[in-house]
Amino acid sequence: MGSGLSLHVPEPEVRPGGAPDFSGVKIARAGTVRRPPVDVDPSEIRDLAFSIIRVLNRNGEAVGEWAGTLTDEETLAGLKTMMRVRAFDRRMLMAQRQGKTSFYMQCLGEEAIACAFRKALEPGDMNFPTYRQQGLLIADDYPLVDMMCQIYSNRRDPLKGRQLPIMYSSKSHGFFSISGNLATQFVQGVGWAMASAIKGGKDIAAAWIGDGSTAESDFHAGMVFASTYKAPVVLNIVNNQWAISTFQGIAKGGSGTFAARGLGFGIPSLRVDGNDYLAVHAAAKWAVERARRNLGPTLIEWVTYRAAAHSTSDDPSAYRPKEETDAWPLGDPVKRLKNHLILRGAWSEERHVQAEAEIDAEILAAQKEAESHGTLHTGPKPSVRDMFEGVYEEMPPHLRRQRQEAGV
Amino acid sequence: MPRMTMIEAIRDAHGVKMAEDDNVVVFGEDVGYFGGVFRCTAGLQERFGKSRCFDAPINESGIVGTAIGMAAFGLRPVVEMQFADYVYPAYDQIVSEAARLRYRSAGDFTCPLVVRMPTGGGIFGGQTHSQSPEALFTHVSGLKTVVPSNPYDAKGLLIAAIEDNDPVIFLEPKRLYNGPFDGDHDKPVTPWSKHPLGEVPDGRYIVPLGKGAIRREGAALTVLAYGTMVHVAEAAAEMVGIDAEIVDLRTLMPLDLDLIEASVKKTGRCLVVHEATLTSGFGAELVAVVADACFYHLEAPIVRVAGWDTPYPHAQEWDYFPGQARIGGAMKRVMEG
Repeated sequence: MGSGLSLHVPEPEVRPGGAPDFSGVKIARAGTVRRPPVDVDPSEIRDLAFSIIRVLNRNGEAVGEWAGTLTDEETLAGLKTMMRVRAFDRRMLMAQRQGKTSFYMQCLGEEAIACAFRKALEPGDMNFPTYRQQGLLIADDYPLVDMMCQIYSNRRDPLKGRQLPIMYSSKSHGFFSISGNLATQFVQGVGWAMASAIKGGKDIAAAWIGDGSTAESDFHAGMVFASTYKAPVVLNIVNNQWAISTFQGIAKGGSGTFAARGLGFGIPSLRVDGNDYLAVHAAAKWAVERARRNLGPTLIEWVTYRAAAHSTSDDPSAYRPKEETDAWPLGDPVKRLKNHLILRGAWSEERHVQAEAEIDAEILAAQKEAESHGTLHTGPKPSVRDMFEGVYEEMPPHLRRQRQEAGV
Repeated sequence: MPRMTMIEAIRDAHGVKMAEDDNVVVFGEDVGYFGGVFRCTAGLQERFGKSRCFDAPINESGIVGTAIGMAAFGLRPVVEMQFADYVYPAYDQIVSEAARLRYRSAGDFTCPLVVRMPTGGGIFGGQTHSQSPEALFTHVSGLKTVVPSNPYDAKGLLIAAIEDNDPVIFLEPKRLYNGPFDGDHDKPVTPWSKHPLGEVPDGRYIVPLGKGAIRREGAALTVLAYGTMVHVAEAAAEMVGIDAEIVDLRTLMPLDLDLIEASVKKTGRCLVVHEATLTSGFGAELVAVVADACFYHLEAPIVRVAGWDTPYPHAQEWDYFPGQARIGGAMKRVMEG
């Protein structure tokens, strides 16, 4: 019997009850990976898809060729943005637990990626995000109250109660409407970038996808179109290790890294420490410049760890050891940037505690204002009459009849 | 007035809109340099340049997905699925994305997109070049679905579809590309040049979406049809000598409810015909609409003639295709019922 075929089903290193083990995660020392010129021949940087670009070392120093894209002032603003995202998540998670809305998704541990990436973009650029890039909006000063009203599906919800909480949309803030289906936006982002190129403009797109969703056909469709038409797009894979309960090895198979997926398409591919705000900004800036100079797409795998549950409907203790979050070798993005700024003399523990309190107060005030417009639980909600609007630009006869029948 | 085939009319509609509006871009498999396997986009790349009309990788989801992104940017993409049978990989992009973008973003983003595809059988295309998937689109909120039956309508409807600010599924009955096929496959097809609806005006005109047309006035019964079946039903009515009123729906969603209602109330009898498979086909919706609006005017049960509920066969194509004999027989049943 032993000589027959057998199916290989990858398994994570460890399951609940076991000791976390990240010894297989190879991490380059900060500052050791070179920064090539943006017009480099992709064939010369294939190794960057297997290494990991890092700027912040264990001591909190910014080192190597990728360092130096931000001033201390900009870095401090970035720290505060990440703190704001984290505080926002905490309040909204609590609001969901209190029954004020149906659903919530945090980005705990992944804040640096969206927050720093946003700072590498210009007004007019467009993100095609997944559901875990709330940092893109907050880093662009989108009103927190509007986000909360969307989460509460209340009468001030900019999306009129039509979308699941956190599926924001804001064209003016470069944030494409979140679908909720996975990977569909990845290829749309490529199309948006192609349109910008067709029109001869200067705006670029950023498409986002998670490690698990790279298995979707639309990921590959996006890669083909981006590669064929050299679309001005940054293709972001947020590898947070877990797709609900499924570890990244199920999507990745034997390919080594997600960044390596880009090599067969001839797309320059980077692998970056996603918990390192400075590395994220530097790599994003590199890729954005490539796109804007019409040099084509860049694929970036942001290596991070989903420190919280997938969503409020998920309990990760059923499939991974609780201790894994603390054992994650790339640390926490907020702590790392805080330590860096303290080392630079631009920040202190005291000021950090004070900033935390200020941000909490700001979030709480926003929450109070949002709740004054209603929650999903208590209302007031968007009108039922409005449910029939906006299916088409003009309401067709059959919908008019149905609205009449509904008595609204 | 110029006389055109349906292919030429569709090509002309592209040309008119591309000349008028820089935001109209056209792409799909074999669509660019070669001009499409049915030649509906021939000459467009040469005339408007490679960035306005180009070849796409063989990836329908990618074609529609990138087109949605382009539409969100502000372009008006017109994409071709080489055959309607190949649209399924793009179904998620059409149903979950294009159709709902306006609604889910509360108008923040819209999707003015046309997805063209040759539909229907009668060309010995077997099961992967003959399907009629219209009901898979009419069932989806947010989509418009159009099926022209002649060159004049094809041009006017396609221009209207390109100008529409919502996604439109544009199904082109491929058996009608070169002539008004009436179901008699033994006889040589009449060219469009001999048909009044082969007369196609120059320049821009529209046939409004959501409006049907009466192709043949009659008092005895109403036939609701679209695409190829309009011509087959007309021939069947002649064959059996029944004074049938043939309603060409032209747009299936939104449906011309008033036209249907008025005709059935006038005749008191209704036959529904389509080439697509019977069960859960668009005919079921038509029957429900008529029953709802005209029940007390009906003098006989509503009857459907459709493709059998099998995959589209190859050798048995003419036994599968709802031809004049089946439609004529059904007309008689409705008159007797």
